[in-house]
Amino acid sequence: MDLPDTYRAMARIRRFEERLMALKESGEIPGSIHLCNGQEAIPVGACGVLREDDYVSATYRGHGWAIARGVGLAALFAEMMGRDSPISGGRAASPYLSDASRNFIGENSIVGAGVPIAAGAALTAKHRGHGAVSVVSIGDGAMNQGNVHEALNLAAVLDLPMVLVVENNVYSEMSRIEDMVRVHRLSERAAGYGIPGTVVDGNDVDAVTAAMAQAVGRAREGSGPSLVEAMTERLVGHYSGDAQQYRPAGEVAAAKEREPLARIRQAADAELTARLDTIEAEIAAEIDAAVTAARAIPFPDPATVTEHVHA
Amino acid sequence: MSVLTYREAIKQAQADALAADPTVFLLGEDIAAAGGAFKVTDGLMDAFGSDRVMDTPISEQAIIGAAIGAALKGARPVAELMFADFAGVCFDQIANQLAKYRYMTAGQVSVPVTIRLANGAGQGFGSQHSQSVENWFLNVPGLKIVAPGSVEDAYGLLRSSIADDDPVLFFEHKAMYNVKADVPPELVPIPLGRAHVVRSGDDVTIVASQAMRRRAEEAADKLSAQGIAAEVIDPRTILPFDYESVAASVTRTNRLVVVQESSAAGSWGATLVARMAAECFESLDLAPVLISAPDTPVPYAGALEAAWIPGVDDICTAVLAMDRY
Repeated sequence: MDLPDTYRAMARIRRFEERLMALKESGEIPGSIHLCNGQEAIPVGACGVLREDDYVSATYRGHGWAIARGVGLAALFAEMMGRDSPISGGRAASPYLSDASRNFIGENSIVGAGVPIAAGAALTAKHRGHGAVSVVSIGDGAMNQGNVHEALNLAAVLDLPMVLVVENNVYSEMSRIEDMVRVHRLSERAAGYGIPGTVVDGNDVDAVTAAMAQAVGRAREGSGPSLVEAMTERLVGHYSGDAQQYRPAGEVAAAKEREPLARIRQAADAELTARLDTIEAEIAAEIDAAVTAARAIPFPDPATVTEHVHA
Repeated sequence: MSVLTYREAIKQAQADALAADPTVFLLGEDIAAAGGAFKVTDGLMDAFGSDRVMDTPISEQAIIGAAIGAALKGARPVAELMFADFAGVCFDQIANQLAKYRYMTAGQVSVPVTIRLANGAGQGFGSQHSQSVENWFLNVPGLKIVAPGSVEDAYGLLRSSIADDDPVLFFEHKAMYNVKADVPPELVPIPLGRAHVVRSGDDVTIVASQAMRRRAEEAADKLSAQGIAAEVIDPRTILPFDYESVAASVTRTNRLVVVQESSAAGSWGATLVARMAAECFESLDLAPVLISAPDTPVPYAGALEAAWIPGVDDICTAVLAMDRY
């Protein structure tokens, strides 16, 4: 993707999240939402190097991954509005999004629990030998979960085609990650599994793309899993109602100078700025249309509450 | 007829499933090179290769998670938990991931995972290796729970479990691995969700599974000598439970005794008693009886463990007490 395209992909996620928060505040989204404002370069950079038949898993802060993977915006809005969406029919909502048609295994609301599952998808890919790779994103806090440890070791010993992306936004939910670990970089732990670990500026979409191209390429050729730690910052709270009193004054304002979209804007000349403005206008129209389409989808029929428990 | 053990039947079911369906594979701790802690997969790696019969690290969360992920992408994994108690280590993967995935995706994907778990007391394994833990999962919609109590059922129900598109917890009673039985030369799948009337009788209905089913059969022999004809029903599948078969029996016998190798609270036995009390109230001569283990962990010492597990005499005593009415 060239620069206007990556900007468009990231702006689509940002404006989606902003609209979602507005819909939350106006009462149209009943449940809790965990937004990824500021972290858009990571899913966009990662998904940019993937094939259609690769597998993607994310956390409850995974709207960006769903969108970068090509899940329809109207379906996502409808699902979170509690409507009978074409993806999960109102049974999933914000933290459990999935779309089998996009090979988006989905989000997970249990911290770290998606990693063993992603390893299993990688196992199927390895058995089939068609070169598909399983990419799974977690947050920094998930590195302290046992399920991640078990899955990383399993992936390592079986040489599974898996890439673990650790989106380090500095906060383990509402506590600083530096207070929760004794390593300087979470990627240092990769050595403990005998796999490569790298750190990348997660607000630089080109840097993410380069790191992911290397890790995904390695997995695709059968050389096993890698860990990519992408440093980033959350521009919003842990969840939609988070007052963020634990964040020092000025931290978010400073982060807004470093976030992926601002960074592109800061370096843009007049011509590029005009193109970006046009893209923003197009994204705004795309978001408006998606919300309108979502609102046209009915709420689920209460009589269907018992459907889909069993095959 | 040929003679087969419970262990051999389970191994044969896995071998036949591996041979019949290339998407089936086995994973678990020490199941491949070592042939399993209870030798239930002995020889299968040699027959089918290490890609289809895989050893894993001692990582129950990774085992079940990997089975889920593999199933989502078209495989039909059979994961072994060496002792059923270890389900506690991976409870999240079973209860929050495996059971809910299909519902949360509105049926986009099925998750045909079979988990084999070695259940049960009676061999001095102590508190963390002796439990029958099927009751832990009764309140987790999305799962099926199978607990075979005979050699033929072990084969037939495991074939059906592996072929089923839903997740199945398949509990094997480890005190039964050496049980032998005459079986037909051609074993066949047995449908899930159907109880089996092991022994017919008109005086009392005794419902019991696995090791308790065997004790119920012994009790029925003893009661028969005293002129009481007990009907013994093995539910075989705990979820979905075949309430209809039990109700039909109780309607005839008017008396119900349920025996289970676990504590009473929150159990399938308690649920069955409550349900029959509600649905068959008019048929019951007196209150149904639930015979279960005491509210303690499973003890180690032989004398304590024997006291903990419901026994043949407990069953006979309960039935004879009913008979006084």
